[in-house]
Order: sequence, then C-alpha cells, then structure tokens
Amino acid sequence: MELTRRDAAAALAAIGATGGVALGVRRAADERSGGPGGEEVDPAWDGEGLPGDEAVRTAMTAVARTVYPDAVSGIDAFVEAFLDGRLDGSPHGEGIRAAVAEAESAARSWYDAPIADLPPADRDELLRELGADVAGENPGGTTAERVRYYVVNELLLALYSSPTGGELVGIENPQGHPGGAESYRRGPR
Amino acid sequence: MSGAESVGDERSAADIDRTPVPDADVCVVGAGPAGALVADRLAGDREVVILDAGPRFDPADRLARQERAIRPSYGRPDVWGVGGARDAHENAGDRSYPLNHARVKGVGGSTLHWQGMVMRLHEDDFNSGTARGVGPDWPIDYADLRPYYAEAEKELGVAGASDNPYAPPREEPHPMPAFEPSYSDSLFAEACEELGIDMHSVPNARNSEPYDDRSPCVGYGTCQPVCPSGAKYDATVHVERAEAAGATVIDRAPVERLEHDGDDRVTAAVYATPDGERHRQEADAFVVAAGGVETPRLLLMSASDRYPDGLANGSGHVGEFFMDHLFAGAGGTLDEPTRQNHVGFYTSACDQFYDEADAEQAPFKLEFFNYAGPSPVEMALTGDDWGDALLDRLRDGYGDHVAMGGLVEQLPDAESRVTLADDRTDDRGNPVPRIEWTVGDRALDTIERANEIQVSILEELGADVEWVAGPDATGPAYHHMGTTRMSDDPDSGVVDADCRTHDLDNCWIASSSVFPTSGAMNPTLTIAALALRVGDDVASWLAGGS
Ligand SMILES: Cc1cc2nc3c(=O)[nH]c(=O)nc-3n(C[C@H](O)[C@H](O)[C@H](O)COP(=O)(O)OP(=O)(O)OC[C@H]3O[C@@H](n4cnc5c(N)ncnc54)[C@H](O)[C@@H]3O)c2cc1C
Ligand code: SF4
Repeated sequence: MELTRRDAAAALAAIGATGGVALGVRRAADERSGGPGGEEVDPAWDGEGLPGDEAVRTAMTAVARTVYPDAVSGIDAFVEAFLDGRLDGSPHGEGIRAAVAEAESAARSWYDAPIADLPPADRDELLRELGADVAGENPGGTTAERVRYYVVNELLLALYSSPTGGELVGIENPQGHPGGAESYRRGPR
Repeated sequence: MSGAESVGDERSAADIDRTPVPDADVCVVGAGPAGALVADRLAGDREVVILDAGPRFDPADRLARQERAIRPSYGRPDVWGVGGARDAHENAGDRSYPLNHARVKGVGGSTLHWQGMVMRLHEDDFNSGTARGVGPDWPIDYADLRPYYAEAEKELGVAGASDNPYAPPREEPHPMPAFEPSYSDSLFAEACEELGIDMHSVPNARNSEPYDDRSPCVGYGTCQPVCPSGAKYDATVHVERAEAAGATVIDRAPVERLEHDGDDRVTAAVYATPDGERHRQEADAFVVAAGGVETPRLLLMSASDRYPDGLANGSGHVGEFFMDHLFAGAGGTLDEPTRQNHVGFYTSACDQFYDEADAEQAPFKLEFFNYAGPSPVEMALTGDDWGDALLDRLRDGYGDHVAMGGLVEQLPDAESRVTLADDRTDDRGNPVPRIEWTVGDRALDTIERANEIQVSILEELGADVEWVAGPDATGPAYHHMGTTRMSDDPDSGVVDADCRTHDLDNCWIASSSVFPTSGAMNPTLTIAALALRVGDDVASWLAGGS
C-alpha cells in the first residue's frame, strides 16, 4: 500500500506539528544556519556532534524501512514530509535529533557504517542491540528508551495514525486521525 | 510546537495580574462547567470573578495532549497535568479511589477530559425514598429542573433524538440531531431484537453539526481524554463567554479558605498565587463550584471559632455520602469485523431496565460501545516487534471486538466520605482530601444483574465472551456526588433546595456534591441545570430578593 504526502499531512495533523506549511523555507534556512539546535551541523554529517535535518531524515527513513511492514511503499517521501513538521525547533524535534545521533554513533562504532548504509538485517540487529525492541518508550530515559520514543515509536506513530497505515490493519480512520464522523457507521468492505 | 513533551507551561506565571478584583459582586470558586455556567449567567449584569486552582491551558497544545493520550509513556493524568503534590490525596476506605484519574484542575475543569454523555435524570431519581423505598427524596422534582435541563442542553450543545421511550418527558427536541448508530450498533440491534431488548440513541455533548461556532465532530477518536477539534463541549466555552461579558478569571489560584463575618456571611475567599503570595477576594455573593471532592475539602478547611467543624457544616454532613456510579461491563470477540475505535463515544444505549429500580435493585443503564478492544496505533507503540511481525500482531488484535458498559447507582452512606487527612499536606501546606469510598450490596447485586443482561446480549450476538466487569472488578465512573447534600432540613443537608448553604446567607454550591441520591445517569447535565438555576437565584438575591 502506497504511503502518500496526504498520509504524512494526516499524521502531522493528528499528532500536532506546525505542519508542512513553510517546509521549503525552513529547510533552506536550516541548511544555511546550521539547524535549529544552534550547534554547527553539516548536511554531509560525519557522525560527530549533532546531525542536521538532512542527516536525521536519511537515518529515520532507513529505520522506517526496518520498522514498517513490507506492504507499504512510498516510505521516503512520507517520512521526509512527516519530519518536516516535527523538526520544528521544538524540544521534541531536538529529542529526535539527539536520539538519531546516538543510534548513528552506535552504527558507526559497531558496524563501521551509517544507519542508511547498513543492510536490512544489520539495521534490525542494531536497533535490537540498542535495546529499542524491549524498551518501553520514555523521552527522558535511557538510550534504549529514548531511541524507542524518538525513533522507533515516532515512526510507528506516524504510520499507524495515518489513513494508509490504519487501513493496513482494517481501520481507515485510526485514532489520532480526523477522518470524519461517518467511517464508524460503515460496515466492512 | 510538536510532540507530546512539548506542551507549554500553561502560560508563564510571571506576567499575569492575579490580584483581587475590586468591588466584585460574585466570586465563583472553580472554573469547571458548574462555575463557568454560573459565571456566564451573571457576568452580563454583575462584576464576577472566577478563581481556579489550576492553569489556563493553551488551546494550541491540544494535539500534543492527544499525542500524550496515545503514547504509552504518559498516564491518563499526565494528559492534563494532574498529579504531584498539588493533587495529593489519601485513600482510607475498603475500595481505593483513583482521584487523579477522575478530575482535571484548570480552566474548563474535568470536562476537558470527560466523555460528554449527557442524560437527564429520571423522575423517580428525584424521589428515591418515595418511589423506590430507599434513600432520601430530593427537595426538588424533575418538573423544577425541566426548563433548566432544556436550557442546559442548549448551552452545552447536545446532539440527541426523541426515540428513547424510557427517557423523562421533554417538550422540545435536542438542539442538534443525534449521531447515527454505529456499524456495531447494527450488529447489536439484531441480537437485542431477538431478546426483546430496546436500543435507542444517546444524548452527546458533542457537535453532530456546526454549533455555537464550534466544529462538528471530525472523528479524532480520542474524546476521552482530549478532543482536539472542539466538537466535544468543555467548559472553556462558558469561561470564555463569561470573560467576554466582563468576568475576570484568575488561574492557578487555589482557594484555601473562605472567611466569614459574625452575621453568617462569607466575606472573602483567600487564595494563593504562583509567586507564593496570598490574596483575599471579597464579594457580595460566593458560589463554590470546586467539584465533589474539593468543595467539601474547602468547607472543612474553612473551619473557624464560630464554625469549628467547618463552614456550612451545622448538619455535620459536609463530606459525607460520597457516591460515584459503578461500572458494569462485558465484552468479547466475534468472528467478523466490528469496526471499533473510529470515534471515542457511543451512539446507542438501553434505559429499559432503569425504572425497574426498587429497594433491592438500583437503577442502571446499558451502553453499546464503539471503542471495544485495542486501538491499533496504541498497540503499535508497545511490544518488542516491528515490521511484518508487528503488522501481524495488530491484525490479530484489532477488528473483531465488541463490548457493553453500564452505570449503576450507589446509595448514599454516611460512612462513604471525604474528610481532611490528619497529617498529609499538599504543595501549599493544606491538608489533603482523604477518601473513604464504600459501596453497598444493592449496587453490587445490581452490577450482577446488569452483567447477566450484557452477557445474554453478547451470547445472542454469537460473541466469545472474554471479560466481565462484575462486582469484584467494578470501578468508579469518575462522578463525584453527594458530599454537600441538598435538603430542606438544615439538620439533614448542607444546602437548601436552591443550593444555598443553610448556614451562610450568601454562599451557594454548584456541583454534583448537592445530589442527595445519584441515579445512574452521568451527572453533568444535571450539574449544568442546577448551575443555571443557582445563577438565577444569586441574581435575584443580589437584586434584593430573599
Ligand atoms: C474521564 C472522565 C469522563 C467523564 N465522562 C463524563 C460523561 O460522559 N458525562 C458526564 O456527565 N460526566 C462525565 N464526567 C464527569 C464530569 O467531568 C464532571 O461531572 C464535571 O466536570 C463536574 O463539573 P464541576 O464544575 O462540578 O467540577 P470540575 O469540572 O471538576 O471543575 C472543578 C474546578 O474547580 C477547581 N478547584 C478545585 N478546588 C479549588 C479551589 N480550592 N480553589 C479554586 N479552584 C478549585 C478545579 O481546578 C476545577 O477546575 C467525566 C469525568 C472524567 C474524569
Ligand atoms: S471523535 Fe469527535 S468529539 Fe471525539 S475527539 Fe474526535 S472530534 Fe472530538
């Protein structure tokens, strides 16, 4: 099933982001100024310091390919559009950036490669070695709990609160998505 | 700002004037629906000030609060910032009462979190002693409240229909058409028809069409604990309306004590502010609308030499007769899709057994859920799987659940009560409320009766019944009632039929704390009707009436 920009917009509308309104503007500005975190960031990030938006997008898209089911396509555009709304300078956006930095640093020291370059099995293994599979999400917790919260669950929340993600499970109007007050009346298709 | 942990700090404490309003006519304590409706009623003609213990929440944070509702790392009380030292309490009864799941402090009160089901009490609920042989009669009848019910339905914006043969009489239709039955209601309907059980619509304080400049329901499905669209009524509506008419709202201003003079009049509400200061808000009339637990707590904390047992407590009943509605439920799975969790409210109910009530059987009502079983997005965020394995688990877990709920009346019992804790204090050094909640056999037996009907319906439906919330597993519906009961007799109650305290001339209570008995209908429409009536009584008193 194809994820669309509409799904990303829906997921953003669902979980609260400033949304894709000024996307292009924000992205351009980030690249000029080094990102909203205030620290110097480089789009071609080398693993030191904090990743810029582009590096976060690249890593998150790669993780999405692991945590999303095979049945979905269009992941890159979906995740990028979603993150455009989430990397908005908020504490949450900075939490994503910091958690991605930790996951990246683990990838580079354990596998000698950035997350995006790992083969699927290694990416899966990396997340498990980080403990993100068994950890409960917690924005202020251990590395495992923060990776679960800001990376794994961030992506799962985006998917399963979107109409396409919901539809995979049989609910085209999932919780968190304002899909109207008619779908509850419809029978199964 | 996005993200669940990004909710603001509810406007910085520093730059807001929280000093008392000079020459106030009316001081309202509490900005939930009761206080908000009284304030709105009076604000056009009078200088009104509303003090609330909690913050004014930023409407821009609603989506972040919704994210908190969905994400497992947040508990329900975290959604609206309930808990911590401010909200500490003690449990001492045979049943634990989860108070901080059962309320919100702040502008809008507990309606920020509520589900918004709004029924009128039945005629016999006002005459339990006479009609059912147990409990006191109310000093007012359904007829006294009937016009106020109609008005309350307009104020809150209620979507409902007149297809319920068991509902008390009404002359006008609801302000909005009812929500249509759900797909799963249609499955239940066949089973109920087979068993001779009637289903009908339910009134929702939720827009089925645009109403009052608020959006119609758009199906976010998280009504309880937060509606991001504003389709679900909450009391910020009336707080804002009161402010537009000139009322002043002071948030983060817990009232710690009501002061009085030697003539049985309240003179001032003493409140604290975030800067650590204490202020005195004077007024001609006072309306206490702090909810069913904090209202008796405030009266007890206001004890003085003249009123050593607490203010308005000549009867000794302040805090006694604490009641809630008991939950009865059952659920299971079918071997077909049931389409749950699209919306967070229910659309069909059954009041057929309500008025069978007598001394042995309590009134009870039944509800057909639209949110049985897990919500896939919430399931997805827990567990140690992802990818295809997770999708398989979600498909397995979601899709075929059905469930019924129900509410049961509990009788008033003086031993079930709210008092002040002996040695535990809150963030301001005030004694915390101590709750002793007890539930009698009539309610427990009636839960079993409700379960029997629920299970028979589910079985007729062909469901595999997987759980039953019976007498051992029941819990409260978060409706705090009875703790300042209404009675014509000053020895038997705290307030009179007008909800004015027997002991103090210029002090009213707007709350379900005045209910002498509770019926089994969700209380807030009755709270709203009583609040409008209190508003009228205060207005006529201020104008020189009695
Ligand atoms: C999860 C949940 C679901 C619910 N669902 C329904 C439903 O479907 N239908 C229904 O009818 N009811 C429902 N209720 C109950 C409903 O929310 C309450 O009946 C209603 O909000 C009570 O209104 P109130 O104004 O009396 O009190 P509240 O709404 O509790 O407001 C009281 C206000 O007083 C303030 N306050 C307290 N102490 C002080 C003090 N000392 N000084 C200053 N301010 C103070 C508090 O901060 C609060 O804002 C539900 C409640 C919960 C928690
Ligand atoms: S289902 Fe309707 S009422 Fe409930 S949260 Fe969504 S929009 Fe609000």
